[in-house]
Amino acid sequence: MEINWREYDSGEFYDELISSPGNPRKVARQLAKHLAGLTHEEIAAGKHSAELAIKTMGISFTVYSEAGNIDRAWPFDIIPRVIAHKEWLHTEKGLIQRLQALNCFIDDIYNEQRIIKDKVLPAELLADSVNFRPECVGMKPALGVWAHICGSDLIRDNDGRFYVLEDNLRVPSGVSYMLENRKVTKRIFPELFENHNILPVTEYPNQLFDTLAAISPRPLEFPEVVVLTPGIYNSAYFEHSYLAQQMGVELVEGSDLVVEDDHVFMRTIDGLARVDVIYRRIDDLFLDPQMFNPDSVLGVPGLMRAWLKGNVAIANAPGAGVADDKVIYTYVPQMIKYYLGEDPILPNVPSYLCVDKSQRDYVLKNLDKLVVKPANESGGYGMLIGPQASKKEREEFAARIKANPRNYMAQPLISLSTTPIIGSKNAEPRHIDLRPFILQGRNSSVTAGGLTRVAMRKGSYVVNSSQGGGSQDTWVVVEEGK
Amino acid sequence: MLSRVAERIYWMGRYMERCENAARLINVNTKLLLDLPRGTSVGWGTLVEIMGLDEYFSRDTEAADERSVMRFMLGDTNNPSSLLSSMANARENARITREIMPSEVYELINDTYWYLKDNASSAVARRERHLLLESVIQRVQQFTGLLAGCMSQNDAYRFISLGRNLERADMTSRIVDVGASRILPKAFAEDSASEPYSNILWMSVLRSLSGYQMYRQHVLDRVNADDVVMFLLQDPMFPRAVEHCLIQLNECFAHLPNSDEALHSVAALRRQLKTADFEALMANGLHEYIDTVQTEIGQIHQSIATTWFLPQVQVAL
Repeated sequence: MEINWREYDSGEFYDELISSPGNPRKVARQLAKHLAGLTHEEIAAGKHSAELAIKTMGISFTVYSEAGNIDRAWPFDIIPRVIAHKEWLHTEKGLIQRLQALNCFIDDIYNEQRIIKDKVLPAELLADSVNFRPECVGMKPALGVWAHICGSDLIRDNDGRFYVLEDNLRVPSGVSYMLENRKVTKRIFPELFENHNILPVTEYPNQLFDTLAAISPRPLEFPEVVVLTPGIYNSAYFEHSYLAQQMGVELVEGSDLVVEDDHVFMRTIDGLARVDVIYRRIDDLFLDPQMFNPDSVLGVPGLMRAWLKGNVAIANAPGAGVADDKVIYTYVPQMIKYYLGEDPILPNVPSYLCVDKSQRDYVLKNLDKLVVKPANESGGYGMLIGPQASKKEREEFAARIKANPRNYMAQPLISLSTTPIIGSKNAEPRHIDLRPFILQGRNSSVTAGGLTRVAMRKGSYVVNSSQGGGSQDTWVVVEEGK
Repeated sequence: MLSRVAERIYWMGRYMERCENAARLINVNTKLLLDLPRGTSVGWGTLVEIMGLDEYFSRDTEAADERSVMRFMLGDTNNPSSLLSSMANARENARITREIMPSEVYELINDTYWYLKDNASSAVARRERHLLLESVIQRVQQFTGLLAGCMSQNDAYRFISLGRNLERADMTSRIVDVGASRILPKAFAEDSASEPYSNILWMSVLRSLSGYQMYRQHVLDRVNADDVVMFLLQDPMFPRAVEHCLIQLNECFAHLPNSDEALHSVAALRRQLKTADFEALMANGLHEYIDTVQTEIGQIHQSIATTWFLPQVQVAL
């Protein structure tokens, strides 16, 4: 195939690269021109070398349902997705503002609960939250920060604006794919980097290390930081290992750690060694079999006690997931006003809470137009896409909502923007979202761009890698000569 | 360094070396075949026995033909020491430890795994097989070179080196075993007219270990069974000789904490090698002697595991 932009049409959807058939957006003009100049053979060679690079670099993720298949190569499309630097600066501010407010909220919830006393957030919402951990009440983590690492999902509607779809505060994944995507693109299109001013993304592991080191209970220059993984069978194992490697820290499993005298140690060939900071990539409930799930073999007995005594820092802090709830999400704009006294820079997607009777009635009446999500699922599981569901599926979902209204919220079907991917005859539009990663420790930072996830199937809105989504390299491009 | 990581990376070193040595072992057999008089049958099943894999091989090893043994040794995933299985195991262990090695190391192992997965089962015929085996040997050499050239000589490096040298000592002793007693049919070996062929056999053993030139420089005499066996077991300088591997183990142990037991077990085997009467053994009992060497090697592994690896936790079912 060769790319002909005149025959590329995203229809009613906002396209990231091409504003109308034949007309690339200003920020993508050079890229579009370059791509259109590639021969069929060059494109095929690019695709092939991307596949080869991904296979050799061992970039993979796991799909749980494929029994016997431990890891699968990362699906990647070679066309980069482009964002203008000016727009990104604004978005970045909005993301930092959001995470600051979320951290104020979590700290407040586990301490004074002012937001409830001031009647900004209804008390019953908290009482029903499955991610609220009573064990954490009264805890004051270093710097007042609970969620040090946040992956927020942004989508762009037909109006061309970014909306925040959700905030992932538990164990957000994907950042390693963002970093590897850039490496792959550099391997296959080195010439593009000479003609574009693209913000680099490689700083992330250093920033992550600084964020983690800043919360060490011992004031050391190089505290012992570890990445705690559930192990090789976890879908994001590649990332755990990758981040540990990039930060130059140990990658540990639960069995490597032991708690003695309320301090955490790892078993090394020299004997036990003290651990200061744990970047954990396992869920709260598996962290400590003494305090949570007693059957967990992934966690470390006594870990929570060590944390509550302040002898070890855990990122994200246990209990931080209380703000990672699709119902609590709808209150983030209010939180920003309440805690920071500022107007939200980035809007939420309009949302309806099923726990509220009038909003629930609206949802039940308009199920064919709405997307309904359970409050605490991730990875796109357990949701209903009303316009694409059958009558029977909608009826089943209505029953579930009535049975447990607190657990559901609904949003209008936002038209995700599109971006071109390599198709069989020409570039073809596919729906995408964007997951930037935000860090908050002593300072805040945001990745330049983030992970662009692509729904590889035509017309599909499901971008999750666990459900067959792919990705593209994401460029924040500084435009020259205004 | 974490005990679990030490264990994994040690096994990665072992499996990489096992893969290379299995390739070399197959080469001895194949090359030997080309030099022997027509009509002499070479025992392919002994390859399976030498590797200690009889229980995984579905047929009678005595009647085994070249094709089925090659299928078994190259790409059979039911054989835990086939080239493909060894590389798959090396890759799994490397995947778990990739963050402590230069990133090219994992890329190389991963690439070799895919190479074997795509080619091992179709390389049963001799011509393709030769290319495959040479390529595997080269890739493992590249792995070793990459570590030597780009990895800090820290504890992680030492555990890889431990795995490599222990495995190599084990395999060299097995290759000597092949040469001494197992490949040639008994009647043939005892026939005095076969003497030149015995020398051909030992030359191909040396060549399979890339050791022919080193042997000639060291021994000066023409190739003969006694000298080759002593060279491969006792030479301190040839990298694939058992004694040399043991010196390397000593070297690594000396830099690791709490290494008393491990040092002790190496010293025991070195003493045994030094005092052995090979002239007598060559006439009778070499095979049994090599069995005891392999038991001692197993003992060294045991002391490494108890000293540095994670304690084996008994999980109640």
